[in-house]
Amino acid sequence: MHIMEGFLPAAHAVGWTAASTPFVVVGLKSIAKKVKDEPESKMLLGVSGAFMFVLSALKLPSVTGSSSHPTGTGLGSIIFGPLAMAPVALVVLLFQALLLAHGGITTLGANVFSMGVVGPAVAYFTWRALRKVGAPLGVAVFSAAFIGDLVTYLVTSMQLAFAFPDPVSGFLGSAVKFIGVFAFTQIPIALAEGALTTVIFSYVRSYNRDELVRMGVLRAREVAA
Amino acid sequence: MRARTNIILLAIVVLLVVAPVALRGRVTGSSQGRFIGSDTRAQEAVGEIAPSYAPWFRLPIAPPSPPAESALFALQAALGAGFLGYYLWARRGSKRSAGVPDDD
Repeated sequence: MHIMEGFLPAAHAVGWTAASTPFVVVGLKSIAKKVKDEPESKMLLGVSGAFMFVLSALKLPSVTGSSSHPTGTGLGSIIFGPLAMAPVALVVLLFQALLLAHGGITTLGANVFSMGVVGPAVAYFTWRALRKVGAPLGVAVFSAAFIGDLVTYLVTSMQLAFAFPDPVSGFLGSAVKFIGVFAFTQIPIALAEGALTTVIFSYVRSYNRDELVRMGVLRAREVAA
Repeated sequence: MRARTNIILLAIVVLLVVAPVALRGRVTGSSQGRFIGSDTRAQEAVGEIAPSYAPWFRLPIAPPSPPAESALFALQAALGAGFLGYYLWARRGSKRSAGVPDDD
């Protein structure tokens, strides 16, 4: 999913890095505060990071004949809020860029922006909106992870279209082309990500219910039963 | 309840992964033996839109071969899975010893 090394012009590489940096800084602060307020959340941070590590390493085949990766950012977005995911995504993306030649250093800023900022934000707000209207936990978790995954790739498509507008049809034509590359391949993968996130969340919910209540993820009366 | 829901969800994941492999060629017309990454396809799209564009940076270090790259991806997954396994094992153990029943 990541934009490959060298595949953004230098000005775009610098621009996206500048755009992502404040989110990483604010994200680190938000993580530090959560861990201080709730020491046991360190374990949950580890679980969220580990989940992202596993899912972003999976290369899943899709019905379109292409393959792609899930993002794994939904779980952490739900538990820690969207801000905390930028630094975690940075760690995962840096690992992949340096050791796996997947993504890149010059495209790190753009990839953090899609996977660590916009995807988690949309996942989080999907979760909150569905909880507000009373959707069951599982439905809210699944939808948040599914939509967060899709949006990550939509952002990637936009970033590429912005850097490489079609000579005839411009940004829009190019966006349609890149969305065509990513979106259909991504739908079944995002469904798989939604399902896996729901499964892991069900364990976190039963093993760390008190912490989740104190962190405001779950309401006290939901876990009382 | 939870156990059954999770089994259904995991079955869906398996289906989503197996179906493309089983149906390959029949639906997509893709004759190649492997699924090409969507990031590679995006690179090709860049080549079509901007044929003169050349990647301007390359890391001097790279996995020496495709098998090495696969092994490193597996390592990444194993690191994460190891931690998740530890979490599930440790929490389950501590709940048991505390006499708290599992809710599945």
